[in-house]
Amino acid sequence: MSEGLSPLDRPNSYIGRAVPRPNLARLLQGRGLYVSDMTLPRMVHVAFVRSPYAHARIAGIDAGAARTAPGVVAVVTGAELAEVCTPWVGVLTHMKGLKSAPQHAIAVDRACWVGEAVAAVVATTRAEAEDAAALVEVSYEELPVVADMEAALAPDAPAIHPDLGDNLAFERKLDAGDVEAAFASADAVAQAEFVFGRHTGVTLEARAMLADWNPGEQRLTVYQGTQAPHMMQNIIAKHLGLEETQVRVVCKDVGGSFGVKVHVYADEMATAALARMLRRPVKYVADRVESFLTDIHARDHRCKGRIAVNRQGDILAFEIDDLTAIGPYSMYPRTSAIEANQVVNLVGGPYKTPNYRARARVAFTNRNVMCQYRAVGHPIACSVTEGLVDLAAREIGMDPVEIRRRNLLPDDSYPAQSASGMKFEALSHHAALDKLVAMMNYPALRAEQTDLRAKGIYRGVGLASFIEVTNPSAAFYGVGGARISSQDGASVRLDAQGAVVCHASVTEQGQGTEAILAQVVASAVGATLDKVRIILGDTDHTPYGGGTWASRAAGIGGEAAWRAGVALRENILKVAGVMLQADPSALDITEGQVIDATGQARVGLDEIARVVYFRPDTLPADFQAELIATRHYAPKAYPFAFTNGVQASWLEVDIKTGFIRLLGHWVVEDCGRILNPQLVDEQIRGGVVQGLGAALFEKCEYDARAQMLNANMADYLVPMASETPDIQIGHIETPTADSMLGAKGAGEAGTAGAAAAVVNAVNDALSPFGVRLAEIPLTPELVLKALGVVL
Amino acid sequence: MNQPIRLTVNGELVTAAVAPRQHLADFLRETLGLTGTHIGCEHGVCGACSVRLDGAVVRGCLVYAVQADGARVDTIEGVSDSGEIADLQAAFATRNALQCGYCTPGMLLAAQELLLVNAAPDRETIRDRLSGNYCRCTGYHAIVDAVEATARARAEAKR
Repeated sequence: MSEGLSPLDRPNSYIGRAVPRPNLARLLQGRGLYVSDMTLPRMVHVAFVRSPYAHARIAGIDAGAARTAPGVVAVVTGAELAEVCTPWVGVLTHMKGLKSAPQHAIAVDRACWVGEAVAAVVATTRAEAEDAAALVEVSYEELPVVADMEAALAPDAPAIHPDLGDNLAFERKLDAGDVEAAFASADAVAQAEFVFGRHTGVTLEARAMLADWNPGEQRLTVYQGTQAPHMMQNIIAKHLGLEETQVRVVCKDVGGSFGVKVHVYADEMATAALARMLRRPVKYVADRVESFLTDIHARDHRCKGRIAVNRQGDILAFEIDDLTAIGPYSMYPRTSAIEANQVVNLVGGPYKTPNYRARARVAFTNRNVMCQYRAVGHPIACSVTEGLVDLAAREIGMDPVEIRRRNLLPDDSYPAQSASGMKFEALSHHAALDKLVAMMNYPALRAEQTDLRAKGIYRGVGLASFIEVTNPSAAFYGVGGARISSQDGASVRLDAQGAVVCHASVTEQGQGTEAILAQVVASAVGATLDKVRIILGDTDHTPYGGGTWASRAAGIGGEAAWRAGVALRENILKVAGVMLQADPSALDITEGQVIDATGQARVGLDEIARVVYFRPDTLPADFQAELIATRHYAPKAYPFAFTNGVQASWLEVDIKTGFIRLLGHWVVEDCGRILNPQLVDEQIRGGVVQGLGAALFEKCEYDARAQMLNANMADYLVPMASETPDIQIGHIETPTADSMLGAKGAGEAGTAGAAAAVVNAVNDALSPFGVRLAEIPLTPELVLKALGVVL
Repeated sequence: MNQPIRLTVNGELVTAAVAPRQHLADFLRETLGLTGTHIGCEHGVCGACSVRLDGAVVRGCLVYAVQADGARVDTIEGVSDSGEIADLQAAFATRNALQCGYCTPGMLLAAQELLLVNAAPDRETIRDRLSGNYCRCTGYHAIVDAVEATARARAEAKR
C-alpha cells in the first residue's frame, strides 16, 4: 500500500464491510430497467423463423403470405441480411489449431442446428411478428445429422463443414513429468469415465436487444443486457461496416447472465443489422423456447481419468482424456475451445503431483452452440480430479480428508506452479481444509453416518478442493487477437455539491458491482457512501474496458476505481491546501470533511466544490484545480490471480427411490482481500446452487436427430428453494500483491466445486454397496441403476 | 376483435380494449407500462410474472387479460407504493436477498402471501412455499433468511 493508506486501517473505510447495494430499492419495487422493459418511438419487433431440422439445406423461402400479414414491416432472409452484416469465424490464434466455419447472422443456405434462424420477420407488435413468422414457408432438404460427440469423430463421419475436412475443431495434448514411470511404480491405480450433462444458463430474463439506428446521426444505439459493452461495440461496428464511434452500447439492468450474455449471438447481430436496414428501432426478446435452443449450452464432456497412488497416500500421477462437442460453430469472439483448454489447465491443480498427461478434443455436432458459462471448465476439472482422489483414497483405505492433507500444495510453498504450468502467487489449501473440517464438524458427521447406516439410512460426506481462475490478464483473450480488453478504467469526479460520481467500465448483472465500486471510491476519496454515485454500462460515457466476466469486476474494476479515488483525494487536498494555506500532505479526508493532522475538520467537500466551480477567482491565479481523476488497471504480474477453496456436501440417498436429499453444504474460499463479505458469500451461494443444478437436475436432452427434447422450464429442471440446502461459508484471506486492494475474484468458486462434492458424497453414502457413480446429473434413475434396482 | 375490460389495478380504475389472446402480464406491461411484472418463461413455471388477482397470487402469463375483467389486480408497483411490504423489502435489501432483481417482484408477492396466512413459518415451510418461484442468482438461502426475519419482526411488533 502506498502512503500508509491501507484500505483496512483508514478510519472511514468501507472496505471489508457488508454495506447495502445502492441499486436495490428500484429492483425491489419492480422499477429497474431491463431491455425487455424498454420502448422507443417507431419501435418494431423482430421474430425469427427457426430451423426445425438439425442439419438441412434451405432450398427456398416463400415469404409472400408473411409479407402481407397484418402489421408486418419486413421479412428478411439470410442472403438479404448478409448484405449489411458480414459473417464471422470464432477462432483465436493462441488456441493453436482451432478451426471453425463462417457463421452468418441468419443462415444463408444451410441450417446447422435446431433453432438456427433462417429468416426474420419484423412487425409492429411481437405477436404480429410471430403470427407472420408462422406464415413463412421454408423448403428444407435434410442433410446427414452429426448428433453425438463420439459419432462426430468417427472415421466415416460426414464433416459438418466440408471445407474443414473433419469435425475435430480443436485438440490439445500435454505431458508433464514422467507419467509412465509414475503409473508403473504405483501401489494402486484407479480410473473412471466422468460424464457431464449438457446444460445451460437459464437466465430468468431472456436475451434481449433493442437496436436504434438514427439516420440523422448515422449512429446505432444498442440497448443490450450484456457483460461486455465495449466488446459488443467493436463487434457490431466491425460486422455492420461502421466505425466504433458510430456504435453506442448501453447496458441497464440485466436479468441474470452467468456467462450466457458475454457472447455474440447471431439473432442479436441480426437485430442490430435490421435496425440499420429499416432505419428505425428494432427490438428482440427471446422467448423461453428460443433461450433453450440458442443461448449457449455448456459442459457436455466425457472425460476418462486415471490416478496413480502409493500405499502411503502420495498421489503419483493424473491422466485424463477429455472429449466435448460444441455444436456446429465455435462461438464468437471468445471461441468454444476455452472450456476444454481450461480442463487441461486445471486438472490436478490443487495438488503437488508433478506427473500429468492430458488430451482434450473438441468436436463439432449439429446441436446448439456451446461456450463459456460460469466457472468455465472448472466443474469438469474439479469433478474429475476430486473424483479420482476419492477413488484413490478408497483403493488404499485412506480417509478423504487425510489424502487431501497429504497431497494439497503446502501453504508455505508459494509461489508455485501446477503440473500444467499454472502459476500460483499464494494459495491456502490447508488452512481452508482445516477450517472446513471444523465448520462442518467432520468427525460428528462420520459418527452420525455410522449410526444411521445401522438403521438402513445412507448418508454421505463429499469433499472437493478447487482452484479458480480470476482477474485474467490479456493471456485469456487479448493475446489471441480478440479485441476484448483485459484493462478496465474508472473516472471519479467531485460534483458541485461535494458528492462523488464514478463512471466505470465494469458492469453490473446483480453481483453487486455498483456496491463494490461505491465502497472502494468512498473509502479512497474519504467520502460517505451515500454521497457516491456509480454509473456503468454505456460506451459513450464510461472509460474503456472489458466488463464483468471471469470473476474480474471487483479485482480489476475495483482496483481501477481505488486508484482513481486515491488520485481524486490528492487533487482535492491540493485545493484544500491552497484554501487552508496548509501542506496537503498534512491533510486527509474523512466522512466528507478535510481534516488536519489533529483530526480536526477544516472544510467540507461541498465547500471545496463550491469554491472550485463557482469562485475560482478566489484561488491563486497560477493554480488550476482538477476535481476529476481517471485511472486504469490491468493485471500484470500473473496471467491469472488464482484463488482456492474447498467444499463439502452432506446428503442422504434413498436406496429405494434413488432420490438424493441435500442436507448441508459448506464452502471455505480464499478470494484475497474481501471488499464486501456479504456480496462474496452470496456470490458463492448462488454459484454453489448452479453447481447443484448440474449435479442433480440440469441436462439438455437430445435425440438421435439432434432435436432438443426438453426445451422448456417444466422439463428442464433447475434447483428451486425446496431442493436447496442452507449453505455455510467460511473465508481465508490471502490478498494478491499485484494490486493495491489485493482483491481476487469470487464469482465462480461456488460453481467450480459443488457438483464434485455432491458426487463424492453420493459415492460415500453408497460405499457399502460398492457404488462408483461418475455421471451428472445424478438422477434417481442413475442411482437405482448403480444399485442394481433397475436395469 | 378486442374485448372491453374494466378492472382495478393498484387501486386505480382501468378501462381498456384487449385482444382475447393477450395475457395479463403482457397487458400490465405493454398497455399499462407496469414493467415490474416480469416475463420469465410464459408457461407458468418460473413465477416471475406473479401478480395478485382478487387477493390471490397468480401467474400473470396463465391468466388472460379478459379474465381479469371486474377484478382487483395488485402488482409489485402497487404493493410498494402502499407500503404493504416495506418491511419485507427492507429485509431483502439488508440480507442481499436479490441479485439481478428479475425474480424479486414475484418472490416478494409469494413471500407476502405466505406471511399473511402463516405468521411464523419455519425455513422448510418458507422453502416449500417459494418453490414455485425460480431464482438463478441467490441460491435461495438469503431469501429464506429475509422472509424468516420479516416474520419474526412482524410477530415482535404485534406483541
